[in-house]
Amino acid sequence: MFQNVGEMLVLFFRTLAALPLAWRQRQKVADQFFEIGNASLLMVCILSFFIGSVIALQTGPLLVEHGLASYVGGVVGYSICRELAPVMMAILIAGRIGSSMAAEIGSMRVYQEIDALRTMNINPIHYLVLPRLIALSAALPLLVIFAILVGWLGGAFVCVANTRIEISFAAFLSALRDVVEISDVANGVFKSFVFAVIIGVVSCHQGLITRGGPRGIGRSVTKAVVNSIVLIVIFDYLLTRALQK
Amino acid sequence: MNPPTSNQQGVSVQVRGLHKSFDGQEVLKGLDFDVQAGEIFVIMGPSGSGKTVLLKHLIGLEQPDAGDVLIQGQSIQSPEVMGRFRMAMVFQSGALLSSLTVGENVGLYLSEHRLMPASEIARIVAEKLEVVGLKGTEDKMPNELSGGMKKRVAIARALVIEPQLILYDEPTSELDPLSAVVVAEEILHLQERIRVTSLVVSHDRDLAFGVADRMAVINEGRILTIGTPEEVRRNPDPLVQQFLRADFKHSNERKEHEKHA
Repeated sequence: MFQNVGEMLVLFFRTLAALPLAWRQRQKVADQFFEIGNASLLMVCILSFFIGSVIALQTGPLLVEHGLASYVGGVVGYSICRELAPVMMAILIAGRIGSSMAAEIGSMRVYQEIDALRTMNINPIHYLVLPRLIALSAALPLLVIFAILVGWLGGAFVCVANTRIEISFAAFLSALRDVVEISDVANGVFKSFVFAVIIGVVSCHQGLITRGGPRGIGRSVTKAVVNSIVLIVIFDYLLTRALQK
Repeated sequence: MNPPTSNQQGVSVQVRGLHKSFDGQEVLKGLDFDVQAGEIFVIMGPSGSGKTVLLKHLIGLEQPDAGDVLIQGQSIQSPEVMGRFRMAMVFQSGALLSSLTVGENVGLYLSEHRLMPASEIARIVAEKLEVVGLKGTEDKMPNELSGGMKKRVAIARALVIEPQLILYDEPTSELDPLSAVVVAEEILHLQERIRVTSLVVSHDRDLAFGVADRMAVINEGRILTIGTPEEVRRNPDPLVQQFLRADFKHSNERKEHEKHA
């Protein structure tokens, strides 16, 4: 385990050191960015809408019952932007994008494509890891902003439609504005940036150390997803603690 | 990174006391040999004798447990060697990047190192593909090609580099006899044109004796013999002779012989 952590840190710092070369890889960054968007936008939309709806459904009737109807928008808005959107989207992206990164790089490793790059004096970190990490670090925060907006919409929809809550859209929005500040959204977006780096580094590392045939690739994919999720949850706690108001 | 030039000379290779083990099993047991600049050196030996592992050490893809590989007197493990000398390897499987087209694969070295404008790269790619008999396949994906065609694309990719040292891992395996001749001729042509140093690992005795200036036979991680093709052919070592004379007797001929007996 410690060897893996050490290797991931080395990979991360080597990728950071290669950042000045990012402009040369802009086409690959753009390709990866749109691939991530295409692969996950619909899922993000569905997931965040229903997360917002469920939070409103769970908390709304209880708050209304205790005469706290004016807090429903705030509770839904606050929990989505600071916690649920960044964490749930990161888990979704770990499963959807992290797995495909580990599989793609792992298969390149197994079928000697990475060796072929090295014989052409092409650094696999510059060619494979750097574009993926940059694209993921840009895409996940944008997806989280989108998820926050859709999640709020889902919450508002339930508050308006559910007969046990019955709060108008304007009242929901007003309550949300009273509680949620721009720094709360920034907090969630910052978390998602850290999670994106974790997913990128873990998945690329698993791909690069893949050994064996198709079974080895499968093992790497599983490890990439599981390790990413575990680290996301641990870092979520640490970041929440560090960024507490 | 230096752009390819047509007057580039080959480089010499020295292998000194090379040892390598995997999971406690010794694959290379202290190999020593020299390859002269501009020479075609063929390494033959049965499967599992350590040929491919040796080839990977020669281009820095594996780190030796002991010993060293010197390219023009400079250790392959020193970081500047790969930038200083142009080297290429033709993998047994081709090792084409499956997400790139044939044209992108062949031109990858030039485009990644930004050695030429895109139009010039496209011209060179078309030229090299024509050399290996795959004219007009630039837009195909590797998964649309047969095993032999992939091998020829890999050779075209190596040719684009105009290397000073080129390593071939079983260059004629999976190729039909005509394509094998094309590849053998290209190995010779490349040596004549740019005096490239070529190291060929092969089971193919026709190829080996047809192109080699010198050759080595290795078995179980040790060199059995080194010399010119004639010297190797005359070597009395029973293992060398067994490997060089191994032949498949056609079953019909055998049946006929048994019938007469």
